[in-house]
Amino acid sequence: MKTPRLLAIAAVLFNVAGNYCLSVGMKESGKLVSVAPLDYLRVLLNPWIAFGVALLFGWLIAQLSLLSWADLTWVLPITALGYALPAVLGALFLHERVQATRWAGVALIVSGVAVVSRTIPRTHRARGGSTH
Amino acid sequence: MKWLLVAIIVSGNTTSDLLNALGMRRHGEVREFHPSAIGRLITALAKNRYVAGGIIAMAISFFALLSLLSIADLSFAIPATSASYMIETVLAKVILKEDVRWQRWLGACLVAAGVGLLAIE
Repeated sequence: MKTPRLLAIAAVLFNVAGNYCLSVGMKESGKLVSVAPLDYLRVLLNPWIAFGVALLFGWLIAQLSLLSWADLTWVLPITALGYALPAVLGALFLHERVQATRWAGVALIVSGVAVVSRTIPRTHRARGGSTH
Repeated sequence: MKWLLVAIIVSGNTTSDLLNALGMRRHGEVREFHPSAIGRLITALAKNRYVAGGIIAMAISFFALLSLLSIADLSFAIPATSASYMIETVLAKVILKEDVRWQRWLGACLVAAGVGLLAIE
């Protein structure tokens, strides 16, 4: 019961920090709407974006590990905290204007997470544990 | 262009989550997290067709997110891309055969409503 919750916390923190770094990096890099792969590879040279990608790799490992322990319908609402925190971070560090409706959204997400976190993470039978 | 990118991200996220959930169910519980175990995990997952497909869908979604972040605020981009929420819950019940009881529906509805409010400009 402890492992899925710890993995969920790790996944949320990696996701929020990674997306925050990407946002800062993309603001520095300027507009990028292109179908040319080289344009995307060029922005990876930005340190904020490179660090953001590294953090999102950490998120990927945490998220996949979490899916090995819990249902998708448990993982999705719980990790939705990752949607609420950027509004807070955006207001604090990027000086984005956050309206009252967005704060209400944050409150609803936290309520949803509270409801789902009281259910058993996995409802299907576990396959034999991996040594990884 | 903003909403086209949102549509690409939503489709990619939905496909990716379903494939990754299927793949990790087949893989079994991940119990060790020291660096060498994570290395072995990555090797094993690279051979897992479901996870490989999930990561390709995630990569498409990721590059669309990069584009979206270059033309929209973070506090718009992330919530707007989570429109797949209820669809994924339904698909998890139908395809993954998860036991979705009322608490999970309520939680999903609250989160989806919250995410919708976050996306209002």
